[in-house]
Amino acid sequence: MLLQLETSYRPATDLGYLLHKNPDRLHSKKLAFGSAHVFYPVAEPDLCRAAVLLEVDPIGLVRGKRPFQSGTLGQYVNDRPYVASSFMSVALAQLFSSAMAGRSRERPELVNQALPLKASLPAISFRGGQELLQRLFAPLGYQVEAERLVLDPKFPAWGEGRCWSLQLAHTLPVAKLLQHLYILLPVLDNEKHYWVGPAETEKLLAKASAWLPDHPEKDLIVRRYLKYQGGLTRIALARLAPEENPDPDGNERQKDAEEAEVERPLSMNQHRHAEVLSALKACGAQSVLDLGCGEGRLLRELLREKQFQRIVGLDVSLQALERAANRLHLERMGERQRQRIELWHGSLTYRDKRLKGFDAAAMVDVIEHLDPPRLAAFQRVLFECAQPKTVVITTPNREYNVRWKSLPAGHVRHRDHRFEWTRSEFEAWAAPVAEEFGYQVRFGPVGPLDEEVGAPTQMAVFDRN
Amino acid sequence: MQLDVPDFSLVVLIGASGSGKSTFAATHFLPTEVVSSDVCRGLVSNDSNDQSATADAFALLHYTVGLRLKNRLLTVIDATNVAKEDRRKLIQLARQYHALPVAVVLDLPERLCSDRNALRPERSFGRRVVRHQRSTLRRNLRGLAREGFRRVWKLKSEQEVEAVEVVRQPLWNDKRHDHGPFDIIGDVHGCFDELVDLLQKLGYKFEKGAGQAEGNWQVQAPQTEEGAQRKVIFLGDLVDRGPKTPAVLRLVMAMVREGAALCVPGNHDDKLRRKLEGRKVKIAHGLEQSLAQLESESEEFLDQVRDFLRGLVSHYQLDRGRLVVAHAGLKEDMQGRGSGQVRQFCLYGETSGETDEFGLPVRYPWAMDYRGRATVVYGHTPVPEPEWLNRTICVDTGCVFGGMLTALRYPEKETVSVPARQTYAQSVRPFDSETEGSDPPGSDSSLSAQQLQDHQLDLEDVRGKRFIQTRLRRNIRVHEENSAAALESMSRFATDPRWLIYLPPTMSPSETSSRSGMLEHPDEAFATYRNAGVSEVICQEKHMGSRAVVILCRDPQSAERRFGVDTGEIGVVITRTGRRFFDDLELEHALLSRLQMAAEGAGLWAELSTDWLCLDAELMPWSAKAQALLRDQYAAVGSAATASLEASLESLSLTRARLHDEGIHALWKRQQSRQESVARYCQAYRQYCWPVQSLEDLKLAPFHLLASEGAVHADQDHFWHMEILARFCAQDSILLATQHRSVSLADLESCKQAEDWWQQMTAAGGEGMVVKPKDFVAKGKRGLLQPAVKCRGSEYLRIIYGPEYLMPEHLERLRKRGLGRKRSLALREFALGLEALERFVRREPLRRVHECVFAVLALESEPVDPRL
Repeated sequence: MLLQLETSYRPATDLGYLLHKNPDRLHSKKLAFGSAHVFYPVAEPDLCRAAVLLEVDPIGLVRGKRPFQSGTLGQYVNDRPYVASSFMSVALAQLFSSAMAGRSRERPELVNQALPLKASLPAISFRGGQELLQRLFAPLGYQVEAERLVLDPKFPAWGEGRCWSLQLAHTLPVAKLLQHLYILLPVLDNEKHYWVGPAETEKLLAKASAWLPDHPEKDLIVRRYLKYQGGLTRIALARLAPEENPDPDGNERQKDAEEAEVERPLSMNQHRHAEVLSALKACGAQSVLDLGCGEGRLLRELLREKQFQRIVGLDVSLQALERAANRLHLERMGERQRQRIELWHGSLTYRDKRLKGFDAAAMVDVIEHLDPPRLAAFQRVLFECAQPKTVVITTPNREYNVRWKSLPAGHVRHRDHRFEWTRSEFEAWAAPVAEEFGYQVRFGPVGPLDEEVGAPTQMAVFDRN
Repeated sequence: MQLDVPDFSLVVLIGASGSGKSTFAATHFLPTEVVSSDVCRGLVSNDSNDQSATADAFALLHYTVGLRLKNRLLTVIDATNVAKEDRRKLIQLARQYHALPVAVVLDLPERLCSDRNALRPERSFGRRVVRHQRSTLRRNLRGLAREGFRRVWKLKSEQEVEAVEVVRQPLWNDKRHDHGPFDIIGDVHGCFDELVDLLQKLGYKFEKGAGQAEGNWQVQAPQTEEGAQRKVIFLGDLVDRGPKTPAVLRLVMAMVREGAALCVPGNHDDKLRRKLEGRKVKIAHGLEQSLAQLESESEEFLDQVRDFLRGLVSHYQLDRGRLVVAHAGLKEDMQGRGSGQVRQFCLYGETSGETDEFGLPVRYPWAMDYRGRATVVYGHTPVPEPEWLNRTICVDTGCVFGGMLTALRYPEKETVSVPARQTYAQSVRPFDSETEGSDPPGSDSSLSAQQLQDHQLDLEDVRGKRFIQTRLRRNIRVHEENSAAALESMSRFATDPRWLIYLPPTMSPSETSSRSGMLEHPDEAFATYRNAGVSEVICQEKHMGSRAVVILCRDPQSAERRFGVDTGEIGVVITRTGRRFFDDLELEHALLSRLQMAAEGAGLWAELSTDWLCLDAELMPWSAKAQALLRDQYAAVGSAATASLEASLESLSLTRARLHDEGIHALWKRQQSRQESVARYCQAYRQYCWPVQSLEDLKLAPFHLLASEGAVHADQDHFWHMEILARFCAQDSILLATQHRSVSLADLESCKQAEDWWQQMTAAGGEGMVVKPKDFVAKGKRGLLQPAVKCRGSEYLRIIYGPEYLMPEHLERLRKRGLGRKRSLALREFALGLEALERFVRREPLRRVHECVFAVLALESEPVDPRL
């Protein structure tokens, strides 16, 4: 991967003093993950360009990792050796630590001086569009030129990928440019090659406290830099602007975060949970199943209600259950409270004796994650085998999708949605099911009602005859 | 004295402290069979005489006894047990697990007990304790039988105790040594003529015996080819409703007497017994006919009938426990056990306590929950057709109601029926509609009971740690965390389990080659098999696409009949993780229709007498399924690498022109060679991609014809598969026959030719080849051999190990790769996959097939280097 920095300041070769790297030599440095080289393709009085070439060891990336972790780092076929990312940030910090800290023995007067600078990166990995690039760099004063690279010229139909070429131009001190790159390269990439822990917050504050507090995209930068780690994000945001109230939903996981971004204006989760909760309370249930409980957001609200003496969250994902246990603090819950709640690993397409005998079951935005051909099996698991007295099911109302500004036409709201139903499709599924298994069913909207397309979410409540 | 102890019983020793219980137990039973209260006391308190630990000690004792009885183990209780309430809990445990409780009372003189205690320093309690224990014991000694003990032995002196010989007797229902073969006949209900018809149809011959009464005949049983006599088993309900109850009784009694038949009692027989014993019973449900017909019979005959019925045993376990017969069926946890409850179940089945709209008790559908290994054959409930459900079958086909009289031939498992000559009685419940209590919804469909039940799989059958028995490998273990992972994958992504009768095993590469510039080479593959004693292997071209398993049915009706899928689909194409290959179901249907025609054209349906096929294949192009992977990983890396290296080279060229520095020059050279690697990498993946606009752009290359009706073709060698599939592939341009050649491993020339062939293929951009022993299932000195190893070309491996893997410093490190786990995994998955198919072909319940397929998926979640 390559980064080039150039200046047209005269004498341009002073760049060498600022970077502490002599333009007439090759500078090589061994790093933990490969080697970095600095050289100068151009070193004239009116133009000086320094190049940072980073060779990441592709075998080392994979070997010695914990067993075959998923994600890009576990692969030999990997863009990491070629795109500028957090590896480049680490290299910059090690190659140019003095420059980044704003120290220069030979040219101390230049350190704080704004110089005409240009940074060019032939390949970066970036999740976002031109507009986001502007939002990230324009507030800092950069002129941005970026181009998204085609994936493969032999297969034009594949279009473009995540790889971009990027050029940034601005007049500013070298140290600032380096700091901006240090923070923003991983933010563009939205990945880190190492574990993000509390130390990362410190690095962020050290390199960015001068300019980030006033950046309009501060939240996004912090969230991405800290890899959506809720706790760290909240701390960092609080320390950057103590007077502001940190975003309470900052700890969304990425995939869910996307859906949330679509639905953001309404905080649909709150609507859904309020509606489901009131339906569950109204039916007088004392024991409740939360089918597909995920990370346990509904469970938390159920726990607050004394009415529910037995609460069980079921999910097919062990990871989700682990996170639910953490979020609900099951470990340190009082014994009496702890006895009210259980988390079970299970599936909605396998008959499960444990599910029998509950007063009510809730399925909040879960059914759309089932493959349509498996619905028949699911129906029997829930209505024939488990047979709760009341069943509350919510699912997105597809008709409403036209109202989501950020959702391209024809798309579903979440990558894993196998279908999204219109109101009449939902009813066409639910009514015969109720009939077959001896339930009465009624339908209702969840969220603000739009005259034409209904509410964003729809709900069905089944009562056993 | 001989103590005949049933070999599955709870033996309760009763006697005061010092009466010699422990010695008695140690003399006659295994140490592990004896559960002692003193030992339990010691376990919970470190002091076997600590009376304050009594409550915990007995909790432990009862728990231990419960587990042993659950496992059908004879258990001896070594505790004083002198008080009635102490024994009550033990009787309860015996009943709960259907064990026979028997008592051995050691009623020895008080003095003897006390003297013995005095010799043991830890028993410091006085004589009063023993006296008190003995008086408690004697107070209710006579009531022991009433408490529930089936046998009570009392030993009153040291001599008597010494003279005891304990003999273990098998339970009456234990006929596991009897292997048959059997003809198991459902409810006869006095239909003598039909019984004779059926027995004759089954090959039994009759001779009139002494006396003139109908049924008083000698029966000659047919012989099997091996010379074994077939034997009849009557499933009870011989009597009532029908016209010739006495004749039926006469015949059956004679056959049982002569050892030509076994008979278990039905509820009607039991009621007649009670009537004949002079008890008050309600004369209804056909008993009136039996009594009227028996009126003219002699007193002597009636006594014989009574004794015969009295002697019937509730059920039998036969053929090493693989077969259980009982009138109303029997749950697994009652088989081969004895209790009032077991007898009750055998006679009546289990009822839910409700009654249906005809006023008949609603039966609990025990067969739906049956998970036992034994086949259970039963009658009791008339059904229009005998149908298998979870290894159980009801063969009462309502002869007396005008249906048929049916026998199940065992071990053949075929049914043989004769029609009723007339309708002798009217069924209260319309007998044509199957009213088995709680039929699953949708029972109006044409699917079988098993298929309807199979629509729903039970979590209990897949979750947790499991051991799976396969024909090729015993005890394949699935760890709990792997089955948890599989549950998620199966639930969220896999296709309908009814289609999922096979998942392919993973395949190991050949051993790592030490040739320069190579990771894999055919030499190592040949050497592996040569060393294992294989003489001939087949080399098959390895297609670079995506693995696909194809289930193909001749028409929607066969799909429904054989797979229970009634959606009109004619098959499915699935990936190696059980997902549907195509999101576009129309495309899938179009492909399957073409395959259907090809199978028709090649005459496969007739040749294999089947209406379905299971194929193992590779579907191309790679880009058809791996589009996302290609875009997000392969092309993404290609474009990034190309852009990055181009810029680096440009930058270095400028620098080189400016400075004469060796380091710069070396760096430039290096980037040049990296650029070349990347170009070759892009070239490598591009070969396996082409746009798919229509069906014509797809290529399917089948290489195993895994199974068809009645057969898993693992007994055919790979040349058979290649030959039959080549004929299939010739039918359609979207089918691609797999190039292959035979290699004789002893012949170096033959190996060399195969190596050249491999060189040519890989040089032309091919992925490489797969080397398999000629036999589908090959065994060597150390057991099952790898069913296949792959040998991939060095250019292809760029897309596995990265564009620059051939750079010497990288290659050296990549050579260190362990194949052990991968190979072990491949064997286990191979055994499981074939087992799944074999179970499917044997028409076992879906859960048994699913168990294996689920296990393959679970094993796939084990951490193994995905690049191997």
